[in-house]
Amino acid sequence: MPITRDEVRHIARLANLEFSEAEQDRFTRQLSAILDYVAHLDRLDTADVEPTSHAGDEAAALRDDTPQPTLTSDEALANAPESGRGLFKVPRVLG
Amino acid sequence: MSDPTRLGVRALRDAIAARTISAAEAVEAHLQRTAAVDGRVAAFMLVNADEARAAAAAVDRAFASGDTPGPLAGVPIAVKDILCTRGVPTRCGSRILENFVPPFDATSVERLRAAGAVILGKTNMDEFAMGSSTENSAFQVTRNPWDLERVPGGSSGGSAAAVAADLSPAALGTDTGGSIRQPAALCGVVGLKPTYGRVSRYGQVAFASSLDQIGPLANSVEDAALVFEAIAGHDPKDATSARLPAPRVRTALGRGAGGIRIGVPREYFARGLDDDVAKPVRAALDAAVALGASVREISLPHTEYAIPTYYIIATAEASSNLARYDGVRYGRREAGAADLAALYLRSRSAGFGAEVKRRIMLGTYVLSSGYYDAFYRKGQQVRTLIRRDFDQAFDTVDAIVTPTSPSAAFRLGEKVDDPLAMYLSDIYTVTVNLAGLPGLSIPCGLTGAGLPVGLQIIGRRFEEETVLRLGAALEGALGFAARRPRLPEQAAPSGGR
Repeated sequence: MPITRDEVRHIARLANLEFSEAEQDRFTRQLSAILDYVAHLDRLDTADVEPTSHAGDEAAALRDDTPQPTLTSDEALANAPESGRGLFKVPRVLG
Repeated sequence: MSDPTRLGVRALRDAIAARTISAAEAVEAHLQRTAAVDGRVAAFMLVNADEARAAAAAVDRAFASGDTPGPLAGVPIAVKDILCTRGVPTRCGSRILENFVPPFDATSVERLRAAGAVILGKTNMDEFAMGSSTENSAFQVTRNPWDLERVPGGSSGGSAAAVAADLSPAALGTDTGGSIRQPAALCGVVGLKPTYGRVSRYGQVAFASSLDQIGPLANSVEDAALVFEAIAGHDPKDATSARLPAPRVRTALGRGAGGIRIGVPREYFARGLDDDVAKPVRAALDAAVALGASVREISLPHTEYAIPTYYIIATAEASSNLARYDGVRYGRREAGAADLAALYLRSRSAGFGAEVKRRIMLGTYVLSSGYYDAFYRKGQQVRTLIRRDFDQAFDTVDAIVTPTSPSAAFRLGEKVDDPLAMYLSDIYTVTVNLAGLPGLSIPCGLTGAGLPVGLQIIGRRFEEETVLRLGAALEGALGFAARRPRLPEQAAPSGGR
């Protein structure tokens, strides 16, 4: 079992997810199986291999910094679950 | 007049341009066919009949006033529900985006409109494109038009099923590890994953940004090429979009397969491949030789490491991309959270489905302190080795031919409880995304049970032309393009055919 239930709870906290006891059991089992499978990579010696982070050869190309029309405040807020006075509304952060 | 739903992109476009069929008639025929059969296939999440009729009317008006409104004028096209469409819900298969209505079009959608295409609606998909059967959609189960008890593949299963059932002459899909090619294979249609960077990802809901690519599905190679030409080319809104002119590939399609050096990787014909799939693929290779291509065995030695590498890199990128769903700016919010932390936790836990949570968890784990080097960095290093395999192979061959998927369409429910088994259905396609190459799936025959089999053609980066040229030649030799599933029509409720 390469991953424990405590680790699953810890990872869930990092990922902003919560699980029932039954779900924690299932995820522990399933993630363990997947990580067992992923551990096949350990058979390869990659000490001298450069990592590839991107499929493209060239570095990301930046466009010229020229102002362009963008969304209006109303458009940007149209999908917000809650908004008011031109702002996104969230529960109180400071008491 | 021939049935507009059976013409395909090029013939329909030509008929509309010649004004033997109006764009309005073309869109009406597809809406009627969808009304008649999509109750059983469930390819569409949403059919936007009013907007489609208005777009078709605009095309007809343009032709009437002597304008030439673009290379896809009047051709209906379905769009995977992962691509943003202005003013039209884009749910990405997820409850967390159930009420999301984008204020802009994805660049690929914008380019289709500019080419005169008529957007029919949005197609079903696995939630956030995570899956290989479309069963991970939070909304509906899409069925394979060849056998309604089987999956259409995924994640672009709605797009593949819509094209196979003649609900739309073409569709857009996205492909992160095989999500265009595998459903195309399982539904007996053509699917192209272009080279990474060829098509702008702007306005595509992000899954794994170093692997995602948008491409067409259609009933012939030429039709896929027409749609590809319309959507490809540099876009300043996507920093990873290649600074190359829009490709013009169709002139090459008639040139045949003569002189193309084909490599056949022995690792792709090993354990795990169904005989039923291997047979038509080998027959297609014989056909290629008869057409003047040469075939030699090659080795891609790191193939067995591709799926674990993919599941490290794709989940790591997904866990980062999906951190944006927080219940604040858009998407689902759970009511009654006392503070911001509880709002995030509850909105995300209620909004994401099981497979998405599994992948976010795996991705968070491989990126977490103490595991980063062992998993994420290791995955990136093996990605380099997989890429080198292809670079070396392409020193001696022009194209690589493999099966697209190890088996034909499997039964609904067969793999839902076994994530690893599901992941293995992408074993021949993920390598192409890891290396950033173009990959095409074309139907090459049927299994003994009458299910379609797909063949994959892989090319060098930005050499879609070679891939499509070989695909067109094989398509002509194999004669599959005219085959369609026998989908019994049900009587439309009223006014249908």
